[in-house]
Formats: sequence, C-alpha cells, structure tokens
Amino acid sequence: MKQSNKNVKIFFGILILLLFVILLENISAFIPGLPMVFDPMSPLFTVLKKAAVYSLVAVSMNLLNGFTGLFSLGQAGFMLLGAYTYAILTVPSNMKDQVYYLFGGCAFKFSFVDLFGMIFGSTGVGGAVSMILGCLLAMILAGCVAGFFAFLIGFPVLRLKSDYLAIATLGFAEILRAIFQWQRLGPVTNGANMIKGFPTFSSFNITAPSGAVILRLSTFVPFLITSICVLIIVLLINSSYGRAFKSIRDDEIAAEAMGIALFKHKMLSFVISSFFAGIGGALFAMYVANAQAKAFTSTMTYEILLIVVIGGIGSVSGSILATFLYVACSEWWLRFLDSELYIGSFKVPLLRNGFRMVVFSIVIMVIVLFFSQGIMGSREIDFSGLFKKKTPIKERKQDQ
Amino acid sequence: MEYIISVLLSGISVGGQYALIAIGYTLVYGILRLINFAHGDVFMVAGLLGIYLTATLPITVSLPLVIILTVLLGFIIERAAYKPLREAPRMSVMISAIGVSYLLQNTATYVTGGQPMTYPTISFLSDTVNLFGTQTKWVVIITPFLVLFLVVCLSLLINRTKVGMAMRAVSKDFETSRLMGIKINSVISVTFIIGSALAAVGSILFFTNYPAITPMSGAMPGLKAFVAAVFGGIGSIPGAVIGAFIIGICETIIKGLPSSWDVSVFSDAFTFALLIVILVFKPQGLFGEAATDKV
Repeated sequence: MKQSNKNVKIFFGILILLLFVILLENISAFIPGLPMVFDPMSPLFTVLKKAAVYSLVAVSMNLLNGFTGLFSLGQAGFMLLGAYTYAILTVPSNMKDQVYYLFGGCAFKFSFVDLFGMIFGSTGVGGAVSMILGCLLAMILAGCVAGFFAFLIGFPVLRLKSDYLAIATLGFAEILRAIFQWQRLGPVTNGANMIKGFPTFSSFNITAPSGAVILRLSTFVPFLITSICVLIIVLLINSSYGRAFKSIRDDEIAAEAMGIALFKHKMLSFVISSFFAGIGGALFAMYVANAQAKAFTSTMTYEILLIVVIGGIGSVSGSILATFLYVACSEWWLRFLDSELYIGSFKVPLLRNGFRMVVFSIVIMVIVLFFSQGIMGSREIDFSGLFKKKTPIKERKQDQ
Repeated sequence: MEYIISVLLSGISVGGQYALIAIGYTLVYGILRLINFAHGDVFMVAGLLGIYLTATLPITVSLPLVIILTVLLGFIIERAAYKPLREAPRMSVMISAIGVSYLLQNTATYVTGGQPMTYPTISFLSDTVNLFGTQTKWVVIITPFLVLFLVVCLSLLINRTKVGMAMRAVSKDFETSRLMGIKINSVISVTFIIGSALAAVGSILFFTNYPAITPMSGAMPGLKAFVAAVFGGIGSIPGAVIGAFIIGICETIIKGLPSSWDVSVFSDAFTFALLIVILVFKPQGLFGEAATDKV
C-alpha cells in the first residue's frame, strides 16, 4: 500500500513537472513584458532541451557504469546508431533526394512519418498524429538498433575486465564512427555529410495554419521522453534485476556464487543501457537538427562520463542534477568567461574564447580529486518528501 | 614498386613514433595498472611546446627544452592527479586520467585559440632524401633507428640499474616492494618522466611529418599507441615497440590503398578492430604475461 502510494506521488510529481515545463515555455506569449529569460529564444530553453537529452544518456551510462560496475566508454557509438536510425527513418520522402543529392537519393525510399500520413492524412490533426507516431516508432527503433548492436558487441567485449572493457567499447564506438562516414554506404548514411530535414523538437510546436505558434511544446517533448525512459530505468534498478546488477558491481565472484548468471545480467544491462543511449542519440539528433557521425566522438563519451562522476556514480537523481548543472554552466552561466570583459577601463585578464572550458575542466578535476563521491554519492533524492517539504522549483525540475 | 617502398617507409616511421608513445603507456600500465588517457595529450602539448619555443629560441636550445618541459608536465600530472588517488579504486584513477586529458585539450584550445598550428621545419629532419628512387624526408629514415637506440637504452636502464630493478619490483607487487624499502612514489615518478620524455621525442618526429597540430591531435595517436601496447602485451617494452610498428605499417598501407576503394576512412577503425580481436583471442598480447585473478 505504502509503495503504491509512493508511486502515485512520483507519477504526479512528473506530471506537475511536465505541466510546469509547458507553462514555462509558453508564459512569454501570454504575459508580455517578462524578463528576457522567458523568451522562447533565450538560453534557458536551449539548456533545458540539451540537459533533458543529456540526462537520459547520463542515466543510461550510470546504469552500466554505476549500477552494474561495467566501465564502458561506448556511449557515443550507441548514440550515433540511434541518431542515424531516427534520422534515416523520419526524413520525409520528398526531402530524401535533396538530402542525399550526392548519392542520387536514399536507399530507404520511405519515411515513417509519411507512412502514417497515408493512414491519418498529412495535414491538420491527422498530420500531427502521423508525425508523432512516426517519430515515436523511429525513436523506439533507434533504441532497438543500438540495443541490437550492443547485443552483438557484448559477446566478445563483456568477457573483458575493467579497463580493457573500457578501451574495447571505446574502440567499437570509433569503428562505428568510421563505418558511418564510409562513402560506399552513402545511400544509407549520406557518407560524411549530415542528414537533416527530419522532424526536430520545434516540429512539435502546435502552429496555426498561418505558421504562428499557438502552443510551444519543443521543450516539453524531450522532457516527456526522458521522464518516461528514466522512470523505466529506475523501475528496472529497483527490481530484482537491479539488485542483481548491484551485486555484480559490488563483488562479481560473490554474485556468481549466489547464483546470479553473470554474463546474462551483464549483457542485459549493456543492452538496456545501449537501448536508452540510442533513444538519447535520437533525441540528440532532434536537438541539433542534424545527424552527423563527426559529432559522436570519444570526447562526447568523456563528457557524459564526467557528468555521471560529478553527479555521483550510482545515483540516478545525481546524474540528472549534474546534467542540468553541467549544461547550464557550459551553455549559459559561464558563457561570460568566453568574452572579454571590462570593468570600467580595467580589462579582466585571461577572459577570452575557450577560457570557459578551462575553468570548467579545472572544476571537474577538483571534483574528481577531492569530492570523488560527486554531488549525491550513491544516494538518491527522496521523491516522497517532495510534497511534504517545500523544495525549490529548480531542484524539483531537476530530479523528476 | 616505388610506391610500395614509400608506403612501407612511412609506415615504419609512423610505427616508430607510435612506439615512443606506446612505451609510456606500457610502463605506466605495468606499474600502476592505469590507462593513462592523458598520455596522448601530453604528446600533443609537447608538439605545441615545440611550436612556441622554436618561434623564439634557436632549435638547439628549444628542442631539449621541449623535452624538459614535457617531462615536468608528466611529473606534475602524476603528482597532482594520480598520487592522491593511490588507494582509490582503479576506476577513479582512470576517470582522473580522462579529466586530465579533458583539461589539457581545453587548455590547448584556449592557448592556441582553437586554430591548427603549423609545426616548424627543423632543418635537418625535414630535408628530403632520395632512397630507392622515392623522395622521402630524413625523419622517416631516422625514426626507426632512433627508436631502436632509445629502446636499447631503456632496456639497459630497466634490466641493469637499481631504478630499473625497483621498477620491475613495483610492477610485480606494490605492497611487497614497499616493504623492501623501495620508495614507490619516486619510482612511479621516474616512470612518468621516462614516458613523457619519450613522448616528447615522439612528438618532434611525428609532427615534423604532419602539417598541423590541433588540440585534438594527441587523442588518436595516443589511443593507437595504447592499442599497440595492448597488442604487444601490456607491460612489455619490446612488445609495445613491435605492436606499434605493426599498427603503423598496417595503417599506412590502408591509407595507401587505391582511393577508388574508399577505405582510407578505416585506417583508425582498423586499429581498434585489431585491438578487439587481440583482446578476445589473446588478451595477454604477444609478449605479455597471463594475469591470474586471486580470489
């Protein structure tokens, strides 16, 4: 009874969060004269979108690194698979020739959005339904492709221990990146060029026939998808599978002695983590409005790993909190470090393009060296206290 | 025929340059069981130091200075980022290494402004020479010999000197060697110093052959050198050198295949494919000792 009560509370918490996001996004249209922050073009919404995307990837990486103790560095590779799967399957048919002009059209002549469009119609409400269904299906398939590749890769790789596993998964990500840039696969992957023209977050805004935006949903969509995915991951972690994962992390040999099938559970964790990384990749493609193999470098994996470490290895809410802080700092709050600043006639030294990232990496090093527990350690923010205690809105937003 | 020779020559020289980086990895891994992800970036910083120093100082002064400063960097990194984590789990040290790598790359971006920097021409190394009818740079011919010379020196150091003996002891067993009165921290520092010095030499040879350095140009050679170290059996110096030569040669061959095959994009991927094959079939590498886990 108590447990189900808690679940209801979490459910309502997420619902309130999502409604809050919609409100935040549209408030500037209804109340004129608000500060610039609420303008749809303000960095606030860039941060929210990017952080929502990254937090899903960070949580998926935490599932593997923090909860199962498998130190994998292949996240960018699985994101790449997801991003490309989503992009290839949703570029509208009439755009394909334009996007793939170097290769004389795409090998996949269809697009999910158009397929559903045949059923529900392609304009008005029917168009919206077909786009949502098409994107959703493509996104799930993006996760499945990433998960399937993880399954294949898992056979050789999951036998390896700690740092060998890290370097092997990193290697796989690099191999994938090379394959997707191969000109011979051009009709599918568009070679080294980017794929674009597919539905992005802003395609979900509800617009009047004239093109004017009635209701903005572009920040709501990544929040919704990330919430659902994170909820599934949390349910998994709290299930008997999750306990098996944790026991593998804490002591592999003891776990095996207790009758946990090591390989099976490692594979399960690896595939599920990659599945969500794939969905994260699809979201990332929607966020940047293109899919390009060049973007998914090992630096991206490192960035996500550092986010996980800052949040606390083994804490889902920590990962999410850290993502929002990290993205907000790098995209917004520390931006001023990148431009020259004068106080009166005094020029503040050192401030110049790139300084932000230097400060940032020093902060990260300090956290890694002196606060190895990260923000949350392996604790979680208590959801049930959410309604009793008054929590600041910002925090509630971040721990969904 | 001439084409084949030129491909092979440059393969051997690239392999030699990887070998110099790979030794740094293999030494550190042998002792600390740590993949020093920052090593490739130390190599990149050595390249940048080369650019900045040769701009103001004569070559004869600046090149030794590059090596000294790189050594200092390696030493500081070890003391600041790895030593505090000596008792921490291995994963934390590796994360710290990734953090250092991130810091070095971002600092390099800040200092250079993100622009690719052109490496200065070092008069002797960049001169061209005619060998078997192919035009090639002196650096290509010198590299393998220099590498062999340095490896012989290093082997002597490890097998014949007291420091070398201490290094071998520490790599076998941390605790016991500490009980035997070996100062672990100074041995580890020596390891990083040797690794960084070799990386600095490697960077001088490597970047003479390449048009430009970017903040990211250390990452890929670094990873490849690590693969070479794994391929040869991690902890084994001859293994790392042979692995590096094999990888360097294979990579140049792939790059040199007819362009109509469009396979040059796989030159990096090949290295990693090799890594995975090795890890699956012979995890201890060519010359490595099989590790056994005690319960």
